Amino acid sequence: MPFKRYVEIGRVALVNYGKDYGKLVVIVDVVDQNRALVDAPDMVRGQMNFKRLQLTDFKIYIPRVPKKKTLIEAMEKADVKNKWENSSWGKKLIVQKKRASLNDFDRFKIMLAKIKKAGVVRQELAKLKKENAS
Amino acid sequence: MAAKRKTPIKTRNPDLIRGVGKYSRSKMYHKRGLWAIKAKNGGVFPCHEPNPKPATAVEKPPKFYPADDVKKPLLNKRKPKPTKLRASITPGTVLILLAGRFMGKRVVFLKQLTSGLLLVTGPFKINGVPLRRVNQSYVIATSTKIDISGVNLDKFDDKYFAKEVENKKKKTEGEFFEAEKEDKKKLPEDKKEDQKAVDAFLIKSIEGVPELKAYLAARFSLKSGMKPHELVF
Repeated sequence: MPFKRYVEIGRVALVNYGKDYGKLVVIVDVVDQNRALVDAPDMVRGQMNFKRLQLTDFKIYIPRVPKKKTLIEAMEKADVKNKWENSSWGKKLIVQKKRASLNDFDRFKIMLAKIKKAGVVRQELAKLKKENAS
Repeated sequence: MAAKRKTPIKTRNPDLIRGVGKYSRSKMYHKRGLWAIKAKNGGVFPCHEPNPKPATAVEKPPKFYPADDVKKPLLNKRKPKPTKLRASITPGTVLILLAGRFMGKRVVFLKQLTSGLLLVTGPFKINGVPLRRVNQSYVIATSTKIDISGVNLDKFDDKYFAKEVENKKKKTEGEFFEAEKEDKKKLPEDKKEDQKAVDAFLIKSIEGVPELKAYLAARFSLKSGMKPHELVF
């Protein structure tokens, strides 16, 4: 079981802790054994401890410490945002955020929908059981 | 009011430091020319004729002096402010009642009364909550809002909800031991009519939103795994 996600320049990471919690950032340089220089299109470039980052599968091709404009272009070219939102990890985060922001009314509607779905599933199951039994 | 000066007033006594002027009182008297005004007026300061005081009635000395000096309580001129309504509660908001007979019921907020209590209705046909007053502290405001423009709420105020005063009947001994023949207090017809009038309009707006009627009919409860401090209402 070798490692698959390496800390390298251009590695896209998710911030796990701190003010920028939940943001996707790109490792732009390595400061020392514990810290990386990290950048994202909507934040000021700064250092971050590796312990605050979770590496993702995605990597973009940038030179070491690129200009902000170059970084943004590279991210657009690699289409990081869409790839992230379509990945299972990204999808899970989106669902979690949605669940956290649900209204009381929304939760009620979801409950009704769940009951309905369960009813439909049970009916189908009953049909299949009957066919199998006969 | 005197006419406004074109230039702002410049003091003739500049501050050396805050609170300490350059010139003494006597020097300032001379600088302001008060000696000249006095001289012009014949050695006295000019002054207006005092307004004639109204004639005071002759006060008789009191007949009775209390033996001990009684302290008067200090004057309290505070006026209580009307209860501040939470920003999340606006007319038409769906509220969750947290205490009382209708605990957990989801209810429509109509307006805040002058006593600070909130006027609220089920609507009655949907969940059995009548036009009722409710304290703001026992209520969770959800972010679901219903349009209630078009409902006339002018006739509802705190006096509308006041208890009816019954005349106390004096009981004779025999009647004390008789069973209390109190019939159930019936709601007067006009209150029922008021309820129907307010609800008719509300129910129309509620049926416009899918599943809102079932939502208002259901009670709220905390289930396993729900953390109130993390829930968004």
